[in-house]
Amino acid sequence: MPAVTETIETVQAVTDSTYKWGFETDIEMEFAPKGLSEDIVRFISAKKEEPAWLLEWRLRAFAAWQKMEEPRWPSVKYPPIDYQDAYYYAAPKQKVGPKSLDEVDPELLRTYAKLGIPLREQAILAGVEGAGESPAEGRMPIAIDAVFDSVSVATTFKDRLAKDGIIFCPISEAVKTHPELVRKYLGSVVPQGDNFFAALNSAVFTDGSFVYIPKGVRCPMELSTYFRINAKSTGQFERTLVIADAGSHVSYLEGCTAPMRDENQLHAAVVELVAMDDATIKYSTVQNWYPGDAEGKGGIYNFVTKRGACRGARSKISWTQVETGSAITWKYPSCILQGEDSVGEFYSVAITNNYQQADTGTKMFHIGPRTKSTIISKGISAGHGQNTYRGLVRIGAKATGARNFTQCDSLLIGDLCGAHTVPYIENRCMTAKVEHEATTSRIAEDQLFYCRQRGLSQEDAVGLIVNGFCREVLKELPMEFAVEAQKLLQISLEGSVG
Amino acid sequence: MTAAPQPGAAGFLARYQGLKDHLPGARLPWLAALRSDAAAHVAARGFPTRRVEAWKYTDLSPVAQAGFAEPLTAVAGALTLPKPRCAVRAVFVDGRFRADLSALDGLAYRAASVAQHLDALEGMLGALAPLAEHPMTALNTLMFEDGLFLDVPAGVDAGHLELLSIAVDPGRPFAFHPRHVIRLGAGAKLTLLESAIGGSAQYLHNPVFEIDLAEGAVLTHGRAQQEGEGAFHLSMIHARIAAEARYDTMAVSAGARLTRMEIHAALTGPKASCHMNSAQLAAGRAVVDTTTALDHAAPDCASRQTCKTVLAGQARGVFQGKILVRREAQKTDGYQMNQALLLSEEAEMDSKPQLEIYADDVKCSHGATIGALDADSLFYLRSRGVPADQARSMLVQAFLHEAFEGLEDDVLREALTAAVDGWWVRHGTAS
Repeated sequence: MPAVTETIETVQAVTDSTYKWGFETDIEMEFAPKGLSEDIVRFISAKKEEPAWLLEWRLRAFAAWQKMEEPRWPSVKYPPIDYQDAYYYAAPKQKVGPKSLDEVDPELLRTYAKLGIPLREQAILAGVEGAGESPAEGRMPIAIDAVFDSVSVATTFKDRLAKDGIIFCPISEAVKTHPELVRKYLGSVVPQGDNFFAALNSAVFTDGSFVYIPKGVRCPMELSTYFRINAKSTGQFERTLVIADAGSHVSYLEGCTAPMRDENQLHAAVVELVAMDDATIKYSTVQNWYPGDAEGKGGIYNFVTKRGACRGARSKISWTQVETGSAITWKYPSCILQGEDSVGEFYSVAITNNYQQADTGTKMFHIGPRTKSTIISKGISAGHGQNTYRGLVRIGAKATGARNFTQCDSLLIGDLCGAHTVPYIENRCMTAKVEHEATTSRIAEDQLFYCRQRGLSQEDAVGLIVNGFCREVLKELPMEFAVEAQKLLQISLEGSVG
Repeated sequence: MTAAPQPGAAGFLARYQGLKDHLPGARLPWLAALRSDAAAHVAARGFPTRRVEAWKYTDLSPVAQAGFAEPLTAVAGALTLPKPRCAVRAVFVDGRFRADLSALDGLAYRAASVAQHLDALEGMLGALAPLAEHPMTALNTLMFEDGLFLDVPAGVDAGHLELLSIAVDPGRPFAFHPRHVIRLGAGAKLTLLESAIGGSAQYLHNPVFEIDLAEGAVLTHGRAQQEGEGAFHLSMIHARIAAEARYDTMAVSAGARLTRMEIHAALTGPKASCHMNSAQLAAGRAVVDTTTALDHAAPDCASRQTCKTVLAGQARGVFQGKILVRREAQKTDGYQMNQALLLSEEAEMDSKPQLEIYADDVKCSHGATIGALDADSLFYLRSRGVPADQARSMLVQAFLHEAFEGLEDDVLREALTAAVDGWWVRHGTAS
């Protein structure tokens, strides 16, 4: 089959040049000593001028982590990680928490400009790359918290948001300004000892975003955090906490990139969401960490714990993720559906090309009566990529009338990749209804033929079909992200078809 | 008499040490080596706990905690047997072959006791049953005393054969571990009806099948598990299916307090196919578990699987089904469906379908549903004057009978339908 040979050739021809976010910013950095110990945990806590309770909290997490074993059950392969051979704190040398953008290092501003992330509030363009082409008139801006290695360097539109009582700031700042909220909710969804990487994060997390939407407030703009790993031999351990009080509504976006390096860097984040009565949180991620080169060298290990608690009645948490980057992705954004009639959603597109590996999915815990969940997962494997959907739907005995629908579709491009589906379904409630469907196939020849016949190139045809395959998920993304995500899909698959 | 037998893997190992010179084939070096290998595995791993992924949903601790005696004294004399469903019949009592109760004369193929033909089984017995991954296969290999050896030569159509296993109550917990070895030559055909029944004693029935189908062979395997209420039924099938061969199995699990029917089948030649259907029913506090792994190792193969579960009382149902498609298995067509009906508020169903796919030109899908009886269908029947109980009964039976759709053999169909309907008569109205 010439198409196959061609595929292999083109896959091999893919160069790093397709990852255009792979540049490195040369900026003076401050590091903690290399390695991980109780002293490093104390160092980070001191650096952040944290209260004693938080240091204790971190130390408990660290003690728990030391007793834990790295999970081996995901179907991903990687050499052992030397946790002592990394920096756990790296920050650009500057005053912590600059008062205005004028105090931010211009080199940093240039970095974000280059990434297409506007940090100046007058830049009312849609905050993400590619959106410049769409008309911006009449659009609400996006408030951005920019996290650079271990610290947040700028947060925009804080004053505008404060008018509605919305708190949107780095979590290190929230610890000082709203300690009662942080203390109440931090670790309430993902406890310190939840799993190996969550425990590690709890011990050494450095920054991340904190969001609080007061009762009855509909957040007037999209909130967004942009994560950038820049320094060598560092890991990024951010912690995000979003609380939507009764009757509130927020849409939160998250983007991320990193320089191209031969070494693997660890990103172990924790995201906690809390939704009270009638509150809605929409959490979207376009994950574009450096995936490694065509030979599988380098790239980010993305080992992330994301979980939301629908505590209130009729609350809703919706996760949408487009996972195109990272050498390895290990991530299961989950919903704990406690409140009656609460709703959990998970929409995911995961692409693995070259030697990327992804083991991702969701967990839906139905606890309250009439809780509903929807899971739509689209996995695309190309090159030598390995893509696993792993999910759990658990219906508790009290979740009367609960409902789940799950659909997992996998697409294979080329015969060296793999697509795997591992759903766990546990139902303890007679009146609950659970449905699961999964399919695996390759792009149909007749679809390709149809497109080619109408003059599309092979690559465009595949792009079109893949975008169609992912449509159910992409339409859940906020407009600006959807545009970027579609392009990313195309770029991620570049060279994977003959 | 003697003290209660020691429980757990240690108990089995202790009894093996005492028995090993008396077990069949003790003087055969290859078998002694195989048994001692099995002993090492049993000693190292014991009974799997729920921390072992393959046993996540089925707790074997009631088996591990019970002390079983191996039935050393053969049950002799006449027994009341169920009416034969096939003219050719092999009967095993407590795992031992009973020539006097069987009807195996004048066959064009070999159907005989494993214990009496161990000389002929070197290289065959154990060839398809890896010990390392399968603790219950290891236990069977350690302790087996007998089983059915079926060897159908190439081109022979063997017709029907009934394999009947009866557990007779000796008044104390006991265990038996039959080892069945089935080989079909190229183009051979056999329809096997396997039934298991037993008294009310606590016993462990731990059969292992090794099924080897040569090119173009067709084995149709009906299974009716109707063990007694104190029974643990843990069965394992290891099957190898060569090019253009077909293995169809239809199982009903309608007895025992704990049942796990596990199948590991490999499609090793082009155009091989496998159907694995089952209906599993449980009431009271019973646990039923269907676990299958299908290995597509050659191109152009097809597999179909439908598993139906009905749970009443505080019963628990488990379905674990894995389809592996290897890189060379292009043009694979794989389909799997598992559906469960919960008839009571305290029943629980755990389901884990799984696809692991390394070839791109494949068509694989699975589906799973779990829920109560459809209220609309019930309403439809009631509105046409069908009483509630009868309407429920009709819907449940229709649901279960779907597992046997496409089963053309009348003998198997009748036996399996009878097993399903018998269960419903015993448990359906109470639930």
